[in-house]
Amino acid sequence: MSEKKSGKMAERKERFLTTVDGTEVNRVYTPDDLAGSTPEDIGSPGEYPFTRHIMPTGYRGRLWTMRQYAGFATVEETNKRYKYLYEQGQTGFSVAFHLPTQEGYDSDHPLSTGEVGKCGVTIDSLQDMERLWDGIPLADVSTSMTINATAPIILAMYIAAAEKQGADVTKLRGTVQNDILKEYIARNTYIFSPAPSMRLVTDICSYCSQYMPQWNSISISGYHMREAGATAAQEAGFTLANGIAYVEAMIEKGMDVDYFAPQFSFFFAAYSNVLEEVAKFRALRRMWAGIMKDRFAAKNPRSIMLRYHVQTDGFTLTAQQPLNNIVRVTLQALSAVLGGCQSLHTNSFDEALALPSEQAVQVALRTQQIIAHESGATDTVDPLGGAYYIEWLTSEIEKKAVAYINEIDKMGGALKAIEKGFIQKEIATAAYNHQRAVDSGEQVIVGVNQFVTDDEQLTDILEIGIEVEERQIKRIREMKQKRDNEKVKEVLDKVHTTAVSTENIMPVLVEAVKTYATVGEISNTLRDVFGEYREPSIL
Amino acid sequence: MANKKVRVLIAKPGLDGHDRGVKVVARGLRDAGMEVIYLGLRLTPEQIAEAAIQEDVDVVGLDCLSGAHMALFPRTVGLISEKGGSDILVIGGGIIPKKDIPGLKEAGIAEIFGPGTSIDEIVNFIRNRVGGEVK
Repeated sequence: MSEKKSGKMAERKERFLTTVDGTEVNRVYTPDDLAGSTPEDIGSPGEYPFTRHIMPTGYRGRLWTMRQYAGFATVEETNKRYKYLYEQGQTGFSVAFHLPTQEGYDSDHPLSTGEVGKCGVTIDSLQDMERLWDGIPLADVSTSMTINATAPIILAMYIAAAEKQGADVTKLRGTVQNDILKEYIARNTYIFSPAPSMRLVTDICSYCSQYMPQWNSISISGYHMREAGATAAQEAGFTLANGIAYVEAMIEKGMDVDYFAPQFSFFFAAYSNVLEEVAKFRALRRMWAGIMKDRFAAKNPRSIMLRYHVQTDGFTLTAQQPLNNIVRVTLQALSAVLGGCQSLHTNSFDEALALPSEQAVQVALRTQQIIAHESGATDTVDPLGGAYYIEWLTSEIEKKAVAYINEIDKMGGALKAIEKGFIQKEIATAAYNHQRAVDSGEQVIVGVNQFVTDDEQLTDILEIGIEVEERQIKRIREMKQKRDNEKVKEVLDKVHTTAVSTENIMPVLVEAVKTYATVGEISNTLRDVFGEYREPSIL
Repeated sequence: MANKKVRVLIAKPGLDGHDRGVKVVARGLRDAGMEVIYLGLRLTPEQIAEAAIQEDVDVVGLDCLSGAHMALFPRTVGLISEKGGSDILVIGGGIIPKKDIPGLKEAGIAEIFGPGTSIDEIVNFIRNRVGGEVK
């Protein structure tokens, strides 16, 4: 190793970066690095700008919700997994739907071939939704649903299933992801073009404000952009830019910001660079508080505080030496907790290979429980607050993210920036640079480009057989024979009429799903009115 | 160079939307001097096969992370052959369990590139099979 020209002591690398394309880190941080921020910027937990936590007591009051994202095969298998997770100490549910449900196709549609029950649970009609929650009282639990383009239909089914159980719908607790903008950027389960999609998003938000005050009407997500390659600062900037677009769309609908914003929630990723992630979460809280207070003149503290779910980052899991992933997930989960999340999903170590097995899921949940009860990270609020490096990095990420928001503002907002392909290109470039750095060895991935051993793969992985598809197709056909098809036709006509109008779509969808009209049938009715979106392929 | 540029079609069959990997590979092959057509996502095997023939490509790259590869990859290769493209090299990537690989190879997928593959590995594989300079 050669001595640097400056005559300083030799260091291992020329530059130290948080991640590829991330932030350059100095040798040491001192009080001088805090010169740019005032004591008010840091503040106290539970007080504006909430940099340190949204609650004064942090996790001393209440732990985060341990919410494992799960769903596979048919509703019976998933129901069993939910009950298992609940018995193991999970404190909230999180539904993964298979792709046909997410993209508006029934299981018997040709495009669903091979996809049934693979990435999530199969939901074609209210019948499936009822069975999914068999023996689980929806009045007493909190449920998050990762659903976007078909969110109005799936939320309607959840409402109908809860009603059937005798639950008071106004007291239901949970979240519907309902974030279509990031679908065009990264996740790709859109159906309709942006304008009608934004109308559906705002229909859900205003319906929830009116009838479901304890329900998070949207979960504005940075997670998928990060997974697609975004840096921490990009994740922060792009997500809040999308958040601004949703708030503006609701205000345009004539609604007061403090009427709907208390039900807005967020969703972010946690990478293995623990300190950068902690700084990111702190920066995000401070930025959103500023945006809500200054840009939108919100007054209700619940409109101003950034409440969010975190998932550990799937992209960092390796297929090679899969047990190492337990360590990665631990670091990532710790960053989420030190950063002050309200809800957390921990990935399973086998997820670079397949859907998680029961054993792998248990280890993932135990990881959260160990952090909660053994690590000491929950004993004091914002334990890293005040550290020179953390405060400097919090401000640094904020600066970069604000620059992105300003750039997007100049383009005319998030929707315009997406239409121009700006956000997609920024993310694709970061993803490409990461891969080149891994290929060159500049970015070390343990077990992949260094410390490589003979490939050992797990044998005990979960597989979804073709019989799941066959069973579900039989089920949907039988259901269609038994229901009152005249009533279905009538209600679908009503859905069509409402979609054409500017009326809120939700009430008629609740009516429609109760006739056992399917996800595919309702989506097709909406396709007739709204048309379908085809993405420009942006590399 | 007298060699004609290698033409590669990259596409995602099925409903899977994870496109980080496929975009990185497309860009990597382009940087390696190949001509890359990225067809996008949510495509049927029929659409991909049709495009492969029309675009007269040397290579087709398929990608799937949803677990639907066994239903989609063999069908796509079959259709490409049926339409007269039996000389086209078809390769795949995604979350593919090891035990599925022999079946996919038997169906005519030349190679499966899983997580952790470098861009150079794919470039060299293509160059070895369809000609052109090997790095």
